[in-house]
Amino acid sequence: MPEEPIKENPIQAANERISGKFRPASLNKQKTLQVAMIHAALVILSIAFLFPLIWMLSTAVKPLDEAMTTPPIWIPSEFQFDNFGKAMAFDADKLGYIPFLVYGINTIVLCLLVVAGSVISNAIVGYSFARLKWKGRDTAFALTLATMMVPFPILMVPLFGLFRDLGWTGTFRPLWVPAWFGAAFSIFLLRQFFKTIPFELSEAATIDGCSEWGIFTKVILPLCKPALAVVALFAFIGTWNDFIGPLIYLFDQKHFTLSLGLQQYQAQHGGTQWNLLMAASAVVVAPVIILFFFTQKLFIQGISMSGLKG
Amino acid sequence: MTKKKSEARAGLLFASPWVIGFGVFLAYPLLASLYYSFCDYSVLKPAMWIGLSNYAELMSDDLFWKTLWNTLVFAAFSLPLSLILALSLALLLNSKIKGLALYRTIFFLPSLVPLVSLAMLWLWLFNGENGIINETLRAIGMTHPPLWLTDKLFSKPAMVIMSMWGVGHAMVIYLAGLQGVPVSLYEAADLDGAKPFKKFWHVTVPMLSPVILFNFIMGLIGALQVFAVPYIMFPGGAPERSTYFYAMYLYDNAFRFNRMGYASAMGWIMFILIFALTMFSLRASEKKVHYGS
Repeated sequence: MPEEPIKENPIQAANERISGKFRPASLNKQKTLQVAMIHAALVILSIAFLFPLIWMLSTAVKPLDEAMTTPPIWIPSEFQFDNFGKAMAFDADKLGYIPFLVYGINTIVLCLLVVAGSVISNAIVGYSFARLKWKGRDTAFALTLATMMVPFPILMVPLFGLFRDLGWTGTFRPLWVPAWFGAAFSIFLLRQFFKTIPFELSEAATIDGCSEWGIFTKVILPLCKPALAVVALFAFIGTWNDFIGPLIYLFDQKHFTLSLGLQQYQAQHGGTQWNLLMAASAVVVAPVIILFFFTQKLFIQGISMSGLKG
Repeated sequence: MTKKKSEARAGLLFASPWVIGFGVFLAYPLLASLYYSFCDYSVLKPAMWIGLSNYAELMSDDLFWKTLWNTLVFAAFSLPLSLILALSLALLLNSKIKGLALYRTIFFLPSLVPLVSLAMLWLWLFNGENGIINETLRAIGMTHPPLWLTDKLFSKPAMVIMSMWGVGHAMVIYLAGLQGVPVSLYEAADLDGAKPFKKFWHVTVPMLSPVILFNFIMGLIGALQVFAVPYIMFPGGAPERSTYFYAMYLYDNAFRFNRMGYASAMGWIMFILIFALTMFSLRASEKKVHYGS
């Protein structure tokens, strides 16, 4: 696994330790300077990467006039936490419901449907590509990988026509049903993982009279929980972030997801009340970041795996 | 023999969800859009064969060329800059220092921000009058900082800056690649008395080349399809269509101008372009990419 630290060669480590001890002082100084410079660079870069998010949060809890002052104020005179409530419940009287609450529920329902579909379908298909021999399998797998090159815009028009003919436009179905039929990237990820499990385990289970489905569910899946979690995580984030799908298929504001709802909010009210817009944006960002903090290791492993050749 | 047969049957059975998914959600729309690209087609009426007319019209459509140009310019700047930034961050993080996990989290976080939130945030940061970027530029003595989002000279650079904020994903992939470079290679280089830059050029880059190629191709495919952020931040590709990108014009043709056949033709040109550029990069890098054990 890519996350594993590189095993130190004991002899080399010992040598390093000795040479460190007897290294001339000037060399040690040079080393310290080098480390200090790396830290300095990392701190500066960290500030550059973090400041937009901090500014988002800072604006979100400010009175509007303090968001616009010169020079900028980072810490507001009073924290207006009701900005979040105001932003999420905009137009609630007119609509008869709290829009961002409804968007949030829609998004979560959709995410759960996609996550369940992705995990189940991609595990089944990945198992076939990884551990079952059938004619044309490797060609089919190469073709599967090649589909990652197909840009979504080219599929947009016929898919819209297909879902319209099925009467599915204006519902969630076009956004979650396809997830139950596999996706190239997740199939690839799970196949790589399934292949690492010793085949002797399958053979032993076969001798014990286990069916292929039994081996899959009782032997392989329990050993692959981390990989399944990675697929679930990516499916969740992908659905949470998706903008173009909801934009094409959802017409009724009651059905909007958070991403589409936020865009709609900005299109109607944006450009003036920046504090409320940032509060609404922060509400859409926060769950993803919280999820990341709980699953950091899996996340990094999953992404690392995607860059490694099969 | 029977075991082999039953395994093959199970294999196809297990693969069947994807066979259906591939057929219905990929192969069918791909072929259908090829057919539609030769048709006059909209939501309101059935497709009518018109031969190459869509393609001929595209060739003389100024907006097609403009959006293609905008997209290629964006990719030409955003892709190399992002790849270099991601690699630099990964190299810094690979230097066995304290706090690696914290720095990695900081650099990775922005790539998690949903695109719509990201667009909102940068609308605010780049705001000409009250945005923090211009406030800061004024504070350090620039009396007339650029009006990023409403100036056609600065709207594309603004897009490039935003894309560079999201390099965390590529950085993590580089970092995994760097950790896979055998330490023995660096030791050998040390014995030869190689300087840091030489080590980077003759050890790190060749060993990392498959990962660099992977990030390049993924980044290329992504940059050519850029849609959500400019769609939200620059309605209609304002200012003066300087941020009207290819996928936005395609979307507009399909769902706003009701020209789905025309949009399909654009889709196929995009696909061919992506395919050609990917094949070209694979070929061009064939001799330079090192696939080690």
